[in-house]
Amino acid sequence: MPKLSFSLVSPERELFSGEADSVSIPGTEGVFEVQAGHSPLMSTLSPGMLTIRDGSRERKLYVRGGFADVSPDGLTVLAETAIPEDELKGDVLGAQKQAAQKALSADLSPEQQLEAQRAVDVLSTY
Amino acid sequence: MPSLKDLKDRIGSVKSTQKITKAMQMVAAAKLRRAEEAATAARPYADRIETVLSNLAAGMTPGAPGPKLLTGTGSQRTHLLVVATADRGLCGGFNSSIVRQARERIVELQSQGKEVKLFLVGKKGYDQLKRLYGDLILERFDTSEEKRVTFEQAKGIADRLLTLYEDGAFDVATIFYARYQSVISQVPTATQILPASPPERADASAPKAPYEYEPDEEAILETLLPRYVAVQVFRALLENAASEEGARMTAMDNATRNAGDLIDSLNLSYNRARQAQITTELVEIIAGAESV
Repeated sequence: MPKLSFSLVSPERELFSGEADSVSIPGTEGVFEVQAGHSPLMSTLSPGMLTIRDGSRERKLYVRGGFADVSPDGLTVLAETAIPEDELKGDVLGAQKQAAQKALSADLSPEQQLEAQRAVDVLSTY
Repeated sequence: MPSLKDLKDRIGSVKSTQKITKAMQMVAAAKLRRAEEAATAARPYADRIETVLSNLAAGMTPGAPGPKLLTGTGSQRTHLLVVATADRGLCGGFNSSIVRQARERIVELQSQGKEVKLFLVGKKGYDQLKRLYGDLILERFDTSEEKRVTFEQAKGIADRLLTLYEDGAFDVATIFYARYQSVISQVPTATQILPASPPERADASAPKAPYEYEPDEEAILETLLPRYVAVQVFRALLENAASEEGARMTAMDNATRNAGDLIDSLNLSYNRARQAQITTELVEIIAGAESV
């Protein structure tokens, strides 16, 4: 099976650049999975876990805010916040939780509230 | 003729100044490396978002009413100049060269009868501009609390700018910063950030892949544009941080060298004065011995 070329970048650093079998992405309209040869698609991200699968290996990252851009050349995820699962603890986790809670308590449209609620739900499992 | 003690004190004080400038130079060199790394790390994101936005903008039907962030307010009357400078001095002409460019632009715009407003990021720019253009200052953004440029910070600035834009406080925003070329060369640069002007697609004629949009094109453009503005601010701040440290490194290197020259010449005077004193003393002793 052909591999998917995939890069995950946040404004502050490039977190992943290379090839993978498939990547599952938490989109605003639901989680979707991208493999090589996916038709061009652009979707906004919803807070959640992004999973990179390559062979039997699996890597998870928490992403919040941004886009996934599936083009014929591959997949690019532009995430405002992207944190590898193993770094999601202690202070980093606390700060993210706080941000999510704050977003939830702010006066927002129903869609934004839903987003914030998703962030809180995902983070509370850690 | 200064006394021996004066000269000695002077040499001591120049030496301690030299130690400080030397230390500052080394600190700046270390910080410069980190700032360069941060700027490099931020590049992929900025490039990607630029590509995506150009693609989207190229796909928009020409003439159709697009989002205000992309098409402008329809007027060019009020210009907002975002002047990004450092919070600290002792970095050569870094701050003044940015401020000078901004000042030239203010004069130019005012002579065209446009209204100019200022949004100042960093302390030094405020210090230099408040006297002449104090009444034009719309807002100040304090960056002195942060040690490092973060995206959060850039986003804070961008959000503020967007709110002002929505409120109709200005029509065009331009950011002034120093682009980092090398340790000895930082170029003051002005970039228009609002309305957003993504670079033209190089291969505009190439057939565009039929994209699918989730949720839809407008919603994506709407969330993408504010991010693009934030990225541009972020990039300017990162460039600025690298330029500042580069300028400081050069300035402190010069200062260290100048202090060295000064110490050499002071040492020469000191040795001469000491020699003269010894000679005088000898002459006095011999004269005294002869008279006995």
